[in-house]
Amino acid sequence: MKIAADLQDLHKYYDLGSVVVKALRGVSATFPEGDFVAIMGSSGSGKSTLLNLLGALDRPTHGRYVLGGHDVSTLDDDELSMMRNQLIGFIFQSYNLVAQYSVLENIEVPLHYRPGYPSIGDDERNRCIDVATRVGLADRLDHRPYQLSGGQQQRVAIARALINDPEIILADEPTGNLDSATEAEIIRLLEELNAEGRTIIMVTHEPEVAEHAKRQIYMKDGLIAGEGIFRG
Amino acid sequence: MIVLRPLLALRASIPPVPPPFFSPPMSLSRFIRTVQLALKSLLLHKLRSGLTMLGIVFGVFSVIAMLAIGQGASVQAQKQVLQLGATNVIVRSVKPPDDTSTARAGSNSFTLDYGLKREDLERLKKALPNAVDIVPVRERKKEARHLHRTLNLRVVGCTPQYFSLNQLHIATGRLLSDSDELVSRNVAVIADDVAAELFKEENPLGRSIDIDRHKFTIVGITRRRTASAGIGGSLSGQDYNKDVYIPYQTFGTLMTDLDIRAVTGSFSIERVELNQITIKFRDKNEVVRNAEAIRETLEYLDRRDPKRDNNHYAIVVPLELLKQADQIRRIFDVVLGSIALISLVVGGIGIMNIMLATVTERTREIGVRRALGARQRDITEQFLMETVVLSGTGGVVGVLLGVFTPFAFGAIQWIVKTFILEENTANSDIGRMFGEMRPEIALWSLPVAFGIAVGTGIIFGLYPARAAARLDPIEALRHE
Repeated sequence: MKIAADLQDLHKYYDLGSVVVKALRGVSATFPEGDFVAIMGSSGSGKSTLLNLLGALDRPTHGRYVLGGHDVSTLDDDELSMMRNQLIGFIFQSYNLVAQYSVLENIEVPLHYRPGYPSIGDDERNRCIDVATRVGLADRLDHRPYQLSGGQQQRVAIARALINDPEIILADEPTGNLDSATEAEIIRLLEELNAEGRTIIMVTHEPEVAEHAKRQIYMKDGLIAGEGIFRG
Repeated sequence: MIVLRPLLALRASIPPVPPPFFSPPMSLSRFIRTVQLALKSLLLHKLRSGLTMLGIVFGVFSVIAMLAIGQGASVQAQKQVLQLGATNVIVRSVKPPDDTSTARAGSNSFTLDYGLKREDLERLKKALPNAVDIVPVRERKKEARHLHRTLNLRVVGCTPQYFSLNQLHIATGRLLSDSDELVSRNVAVIADDVAAELFKEENPLGRSIDIDRHKFTIVGITRRRTASAGIGGSLSGQDYNKDVYIPYQTFGTLMTDLDIRAVTGSFSIERVELNQITIKFRDKNEVVRNAEAIRETLEYLDRRDPKRDNNHYAIVVPLELLKQADQIRRIFDVVLGSIALISLVVGGIGIMNIMLATVTERTREIGVRRALGARQRDITEQFLMETVVLSGTGGVVGVLLGVFTPFAFGAIQWIVKTFILEENTANSDIGRMFGEMRPEIALWSLPVAFGIAVGTGIIFGLYPARAAARLDPIEALRHE
């Protein structure tokens, strides 16, 4: 089985001057391609830090992080940007769409930052439309974010995460701002994507959401405390 | 359900990141994309962008306007100097100040004896064999009369060359001729104003005027001519429009060297042989060299005659005045330009201010873009492009406004003339100078002002753009 992401003994310390906060104290995990993992844990457990490292937004203090065959832990800022662009699809709790852009333009944003800055042609446009169609927004391409419901906005964000065909999709509380009906739709979409072979790593504190993942990882005090569903 | 899996095949192998110093320059398509992005962001806040731009607009406008006004003033000064003739050297008698004039040893204490002598003229003629013309001029303030109308004017005794030397052109009739000179005819050429005031609607040609009980037949009228630059350190230029020109020989026959004038309660006697000697050379190169020879010749004559002191005449070299005028123009350019630059800097600070606010406001967007793969450089370029588009657009509008400077200045002149200047100041030299001034837009100032505007945008936009790029993506994403 191909490995999408591999963590080996990840440490992350924050030096706050008077104290050193140890947010991660040796996390090891392997995510094979096609995995669908929910990371759970109370606030302060280190799950956000782990997500930032997984998302190549930050470098670990110690340890190794291999993403799609590339060792991410030692890259510089520009290289990290490229990894994020090429290997990672982000889905945020608050969607984080660019307000002045239409649906199509929002999906296009990651294309602007591809290595070498190739121009955006008809092929790319068609791909944007394909992806938008895939998430069910084919009739909303020219809408602005404020004209869309929360669920629709999150679908745009998912389409945007897919556009560069990433190695892993990182979802940070993807349903945190949605009502339960919409939540179910988004979860179903993620499940479908996973069924198509996408690797999804999702942070959530809602067990009902986490249940839909193939496996669950529970974080505590900067360490993986265990796997499985841990209720309340 | 459409299967997206084939997309995976599209992922190209990731090329290595080039080191920053060797990163390729922006491609055209990417440049256009960045400009579009900037426009989109700016149009989102039209009022804010417009107001920010206004600072640059006025900065650019004032740079162009200030330089145009400076240029206009200098062109005016140059015109006045050129009217003296760039190939001429003018030596002019200057009345010494009062205190030194009385009780001059050896001279009649009533008579003020100063100025150029006929001997000087002869000497100069010998000393300057390569001069094209050496023209003596005598002047006297007199009252001229025609029928019941009288007018105080300047009677100028001159040879025919005088007219071409001073760029005096005939309007009707003819100029003085060599034969007038030869036989000392009582003929006169009068200036435009004189004709208008003494003759009203009459045609002056063939009629006569009385000066000192002598009759002069009018043979010609000169065309109007703007006053020339001041001579001999005095501010006032020569006003050629109240002159009567008579042959030099005639002047000598009819008038003595003594100028007797009744002043309230007493009278003054001045003795002046020649009022002016104009020396014309073939070309400009000879002027400066010979100006020195003229000065030395006259100084030699001064030394020989203890009664003469050396401040009774002034040597004017229009070419040197021209150089001075050019220097003054450069000073004007620098001073006025600096003042205008200050307003551009203020505009730049306005840009910086608004961009800093924008960066704070759009922290979340910056975080998202970073998460989606934007490098620091991409963020810098995005925000820098916004300031460049702002300042560039402001620059274009400013240049367009700047082109209308002469009209704006015309309006200011009208306001000054109508509400501020009183009748007598309006006719003074400064009033006239201001009234006749026309701003001239220096063509080079248009691209320069535009360039400075864009430069200002870059300089003041760099800090906010760098600040945006340096934001920690994690912090930026968390920003509310």
